[in-house]
Amino acid sequence: MATPEIVFAGTNGGAVTEIAEYEATGGFGGLARARAMAPADVITELNASGLRGRGGAFFPTGRKWSFLPSREQVAKPHYLVVNADESEPGTFKDREIMLRVPFRFLEGCLIAAHAIESRHVFVYIRGEYEREFETLVAALAQIRKRKLLGKVTVVVHRGAGAYICGEETALLESLEGRRGQPRTKPPFPAIAGLYASPTAVNNVESITTATSILEMGGAEYAKLGVESSTGTRVFSLSGDVVRGGNYELPHGYPLSDLINVEGGGIAGGRTLKAVIPGGSSTVILTASEIENVTLDFDSMTAAGTAIGSAAVIALDDRCCMVQLGARVSQFYEHESCGKCTPCRVGTHWTTSILQKIEDGRGAPADLDLLLDVCDRVNGKCLCPLGDTAMIAIASYVAKFRDEFQAHIDQGGCPLGGASSLEGILAPVTVYERHIHAYGVGRMIERPLEVIA
Amino acid sequence: MSASLADRVQALRGLYPDPRSAVVPALQLAQAENGGWLSEEAFRAVADALELTPAYCLSVASFYDMFRVEPVGRHVVEICTNVSCAVKGAQQVVDAFERELGIETGTTTGDGAVTLRTVECLGGCGWATVVAIDNRHRLHVRSADVPAIVEELRGDA
Repeated sequence: MATPEIVFAGTNGGAVTEIAEYEATGGFGGLARARAMAPADVITELNASGLRGRGGAFFPTGRKWSFLPSREQVAKPHYLVVNADESEPGTFKDREIMLRVPFRFLEGCLIAAHAIESRHVFVYIRGEYEREFETLVAALAQIRKRKLLGKVTVVVHRGAGAYICGEETALLESLEGRRGQPRTKPPFPAIAGLYASPTAVNNVESITTATSILEMGGAEYAKLGVESSTGTRVFSLSGDVVRGGNYELPHGYPLSDLINVEGGGIAGGRTLKAVIPGGSSTVILTASEIENVTLDFDSMTAAGTAIGSAAVIALDDRCCMVQLGARVSQFYEHESCGKCTPCRVGTHWTTSILQKIEDGRGAPADLDLLLDVCDRVNGKCLCPLGDTAMIAIASYVAKFRDEFQAHIDQGGCPLGGASSLEGILAPVTVYERHIHAYGVGRMIERPLEVIA
Repeated sequence: MSASLADRVQALRGLYPDPRSAVVPALQLAQAENGGWLSEEAFRAVADALELTPAYCLSVASFYDMFRVEPVGRHVVEICTNVSCAVKGAQQVVDAFERELGIETGTTTGDGAVTLRTVECLGGCGWATVVAIDNRHRLHVRSADVPAIVEELRGDA
């Protein structure tokens, strides 16, 4: 394929984990170039590239860096925090980046540190990524030995299992040694982030791409992709496709081609029913809706959804939309940090209502009740977790209302036991017993019959 | 806490401007040393090393899924049951593990060899079903693969 690789350039499908191999293909050239430039000029280069955040919010990376106040304005150290807490269901690109191009990623950390005039880099990597952690630590040791760190210290900090810590302020709380609960914004991290100091929080792929931008130049990078979404992106494809995996493609690539060409189409000769296009927090698209959608910000927005974390989940005709809603809702209920009431209580209600409908005990009013709960949560939360959970769940009802209605009318799932999600349950938390064992209170029993 | 662990916790403190930041890494070290779970003694040791209280350390640990406050088996099997793994047969994998191990999800075999859990997305969606065995991810696991995995774990125990 003629697609240029940027993030995975020079890997030939494998991994580059020896520093000599990385240097032989021009590695650390971007860093040398950046360090020869004034920090503000590095940011100008990033702005020229059009790079926008790859974590999900798509915020321009150069602009984010430019928000940090100068030392004269705020006499505190600057911090770079890299968000490697990849946890959005469907997303698994950052782990492959850290495994296959650890030096390009760490070089990007040093470039970013130079741009924001920081001497302290913290990479917050999710605890479940043990191999990735070891790969980064090994690569970092090689960089240290080559004396490329300069005056910068890089600490790779492991998380301990919490989806919410992908939210930047929750991540900062966690990194400060607290429960990972989001902060109110403002102040934004650029002003008061880690230890209340100016902080840039960037995604792994954004940082890795910065290395390539410094190598090739921002203007050259901007020629790739489409106008509003420059460059390439690593798309995570999963679900009912023949070949799930990560595919680096230019923005603007057709969504249906990702599924049918890269992914080899829907497995088992079945038909596509729906696509979750940007991680489980995004609005679902029906099979007919994806026809002219391309993988970029504008096209996704025009289709009423979002490019999010670039995680495409394809679902075939065996997928029951009520079960999908219940399972997605269970996830957000489990991961809600509990700090704000709409999210903590609302996700429990949506799970209960959806489970009730799936079990064949749905009442005619339940669909409106479900949408009402979604409406009472969306836009009322401290952070995007509750909001996006409700947006996703409400979209299943909006686009597959007949299927939800059929569950209520028929007193059960029209697919019978044939749904691809049949029997699937949220994780069994053994926490109830833990809390009990410590005698510090008891979690409420939560049978799903609460609204029978 | 062993002397070497105490030294490692002290070394962790030095990585951060505020020693409180070391609480999660310190709890991870303590959990690994204590056979995969955090006892009251482990909490006390971490708290002492970081000049925090045991209650504070428990309040932090209780927020995160990867900390455990009761004994676990010598091996921990964790199966992702989020959407992408679910549509690829995660529940059949769960069923197969329950059958082979003779236990329910969320419990440990009587001989203390294996704890079985289901977990949220492990970040391997395109390679479903993902099963983490002692934190190492196995990809493309099918129910037919389970008997061999269980045999391997039992032989290893």
